[in-house]
Amino acid sequence: MERDDIIEYSLDAGHSEEQGRVIRKKILFVTILLSVITSVEVLLGVFWMDIMPNSWHWVKWVFIVLTMIKAAYIVMTFMHLGDERRNVRSMILMPYVLFLMYIAFVLIWEATYIHEILKVFL
Amino acid sequence: MSGEASKTISNAVLWGGGRSPLSVSYGKLMIWFFLVSDALTFTGLLAAYGFARHSLGPGMEWPVGEIVFSSFPGLSGTYPLMYVALMTFILIISSVTMVLAVEAGHRMDKKGVVKWLFLTVIGGLFFLSSQAFEWSHFIHGSHARVTLADGRTAFLVENPHHGETIDPATFAMTIGSTQSEEVVKGPEAYKLYQSAISVVSGANMTENEYGPTSYANFFFFITGFHGFHVTTGVILNIVVLTMVIKGVFHRRGHYEMVEKAGLYWHFVDLVWVFVFTFFYLV
Repeated sequence: MERDDIIEYSLDAGHSEEQGRVIRKKILFVTILLSVITSVEVLLGVFWMDIMPNSWHWVKWVFIVLTMIKAAYIVMTFMHLGDERRNVRSMILMPYVLFLMYIAFVLIWEATYIHEILKVFL
Repeated sequence: MSGEASKTISNAVLWGGGRSPLSVSYGKLMIWFFLVSDALTFTGLLAAYGFARHSLGPGMEWPVGEIVFSSFPGLSGTYPLMYVALMTFILIISSVTMVLAVEAGHRMDKKGVVKWLFLTVIGGLFFLSSQAFEWSHFIHGSHARVTLADGRTAFLVENPHHGETIDPATFAMTIGSTQSEEVVKGPEAYKLYQSAISVVSGANMTENEYGPTSYANFFFFITGFHGFHVTTGVILNIVVLTMVIKGVFHRRGHYEMVEKAGLYWHFVDLVWVFVFTFFYLV
């Protein structure tokens, strides 16, 4: 039987000096972006309550959005998922994202319910 | 970058459609599958944490990360989240050095791979020792929680270090919370402290000074599990670094192993980004 897993795709993964320069520029850009986002998150966490108390739920959403941006850059640029074929990308991301949305929805929904029950009986 | 295979492939091994639908090697696909399953584990942990935090009963409050994690090694005073931010930064930078090692590998630049991979290992070790500091600080605690005889809750302004005895003259407690303006001082405060119903100092699996028991439990489990991943990653990187120095990959003609170890290392960084947001910031 012929095997199809012996093709050395890895041999085609190389790139030239010139392409390397472009890639390193992109890496530098992402590095700066990630550092800036992290600093913004910490500053928001430290100072937000002093400037605008009683609006913590807003900053929570800002944190979640900023984290998603960071995660997207890490996965797409550092892990090179953005450079893979679309089939690979979908195969990795879709099942995971579906499960993530399901479990996050179910657990937060149930937690809210339990919180309401505890308010009545505790 | 591994794009579509540009090489002409022998007809004998072609897929039905004339070209491979995935165009990645077996090893790389498998490490991705492993990472997805590992991501599901961490999702489960963080979702369980969200559940515990969100369903908290009345009269209990989840501790604020900016208050709990506010110490910096070697410095006194409070620096809210500064050390955790530094740890996050170190991990991101070690992720960058890893991606530079992968890039050098694509150019078959052995010296570059060795340099960047070595820096990645150093970054990983720095992160691990920082986490050891965080844990020891968390376990020791900084403001022991005291339940006074009249039922009020008080916090020590300064938790004595191991083996230190409390001096009643400088003893002080805040009433209600660690940030409270209501302070009792001196020998009278010390008398209240001695007649207290219970004193909880630091954290363990059954009680902690910060808040609900599950807070410390989730801290230990999530950061511990992540730290275990970092440890594995550092060992993996050291193994790959040794192989690079020996010239194994140069002889093989490609540095894909560096890329695969890199995927795992980036994943560890990715998980920390989420732990940092959901455990420390939110």
